[in-house]
Amino acid sequence: MIEIRWHGRGGQGAKTAALLLADAALASGKYIQAFPEYGPERMGAPVASFNRISPSPIKLHSGVTDPDIVIVLDPTLMDSVDVTEGMPANGTLLVNIEKSPAEVKVIFGIGAGIKICTVDASNISIETIGRDIPNTPMLGALIKATGILDFKEMMEDMKKKLEKKFKTKPEVIAGNLKAIERAYNEVRI
Amino acid sequence: MDKTNIVARTGNEAMAEAMRQINPDVVAAYPITPATEVVQIFAGYVADGLVKTEFVPVESEHSAMSACIGSAAAGGRTMTGTSSQGLALMAEMLYIAAGLRLPIVMADVNRALSSPINIHCDHSDTMMVKESGWIQIFSENCQEAYDNMLQAIRIAEKAKLPVMVTTDGFIISHGMERLEILSDADAKAFVGEYKPEYYLLNFEKPITVGALDLTDYYFEHKRQQIEAIKDSKQIILDVAGEFGAKFGREYGLFEKYKMDGAEIVIVAMGSTAGTAKVVVDGLRSKGVKAGLVKPRIFRPFPKEELAESLKGMKAIAVMDRSDSMNAQEGPLALEIKAALYDAPAGSCRTVLSYIYGLGGREIKLEDIELVYNDLSEASKGKAKPKVSYLGVRE
Repeated sequence: MIEIRWHGRGGQGAKTAALLLADAALASGKYIQAFPEYGPERMGAPVASFNRISPSPIKLHSGVTDPDIVIVLDPTLMDSVDVTEGMPANGTLLVNIEKSPAEVKVIFGIGAGIKICTVDASNISIETIGRDIPNTPMLGALIKATGILDFKEMMEDMKKKLEKKFKTKPEVIAGNLKAIERAYNEVRI
Repeated sequence: MDKTNIVARTGNEAMAEAMRQINPDVVAAYPITPATEVVQIFAGYVADGLVKTEFVPVESEHSAMSACIGSAAAGGRTMTGTSSQGLALMAEMLYIAAGLRLPIVMADVNRALSSPINIHCDHSDTMMVKESGWIQIFSENCQEAYDNMLQAIRIAEKAKLPVMVTTDGFIISHGMERLEILSDADAKAFVGEYKPEYYLLNFEKPITVGALDLTDYYFEHKRQQIEAIKDSKQIILDVAGEFGAKFGREYGLFEKYKMDGAEIVIVAMGSTAGTAKVVVDGLRSKGVKAGLVKPRIFRPFPKEELAESLKGMKAIAVMDRSDSMNAQEGPLALEIKAALYDAPAGSCRTVLSYIYGLGGREIKLEDIELVYNDLSEASKGKAKPKVSYLGVRE
């Protein structure tokens, strides 16, 4: 079973990202959980959400405290929130930032052993979707960085879901798919 | 059976989905965290014309249950949803719904009661109304929440008693999981059409509902109600049997998990039972004879059946997500002890009570491991506190 923690700010889509990932993992035949940090929801305040993904049914209903993978939607959080809290020494940290993994390691003093991956998902989403909503492209980066899902399968499933959701807005569908693909190709590992 | 759909849904979405398939005549509700989405999503179905339900947005939970009582007495299939303070405000009308033998079904999302004010999970709200005459069904996860809602309609209408189906606030209500949804046709065929035996709008067979009932007949009517809740146990089993045969998911009055050869056992309800199963798996792989009993039905309380399942145990821990404020154990522990008192001689007398998770306090694997550890020691004769409070600072 893989446990994932998403860090973002209220309104940035950390919860939606966890739900999207769960939905994509489910489509690939996995058992899933996705849940937000349960607390007051305030725009801009640090928030977290969580995933569990497993090939067998998930019975565990306690919080995620030792995530194998941590995803940071907003790097400005890293000054005040210890995003690596509880991570195992060989965990994976994926950050939405224009800097390289080596720079992130030094700037934020990330422990040795943790695999750092970076992608400028904000810029990608502005260029492809027209707004800074980094959660969708982060899915592409996550799959490249960790291999938890099959990229092609996920894209086909995502296309179907977007086509259903945005029937009247084909440009939204194309933008989102492009964003995911670009993040998949551009993530620095 | 048609092909089932596998989808990702939160507990609230799962319950709303069941309500859509049930397509009740009336839903009257007032929103409250963390149950809001159940009726919010359902109101969307009404607005989109996916159900034919008359949706009554009332100004309080007291009114919600009052409207449900009116609707059910008139002969309509009636549902609602609430939580915590909302359930508390309904309390007066809950007793009336049960006393009038109205088969209302409620989605009840477990949440702590004020004061202090708190929106997170515990079982205090549901336990507060355990004597109201409602059948109470607990769900471990989203799948059970969905399955229990479909079964609840059948149980309520056969038993002529109201039923509340509970999920754990946020943990299940807002947690997305894999859910197998029945086809609409299968779900509709299973719940069937509601044909009330007595109802106000039946002009061929006029009845009086809610008449004054003093020293002459009140007791007889209450005695009938008591008998109805006793009889509901078999109805619950029959409905579960039919559900299992049709759709392959088995339910009973409670679930026994790895109880074959078990010597130490935890009794726990709701989402925590799932977490406890993970601990049991770990202990079993180390050779510890640990098991779990998860009551699904708290009302009626399956006294004899639970006592039978606990036969031969060396030590029992009962985990309560609420306290009775009686300077004793939690409500589930008291019921289990009462069940064991009437059990055949030689039944386990070592029963430890654990109060946990009040106001949403996290319950971790380590907490449950600690309970099994206590049980191991208690089974070897070591004295343990009768009541412990897990994960609290004191």
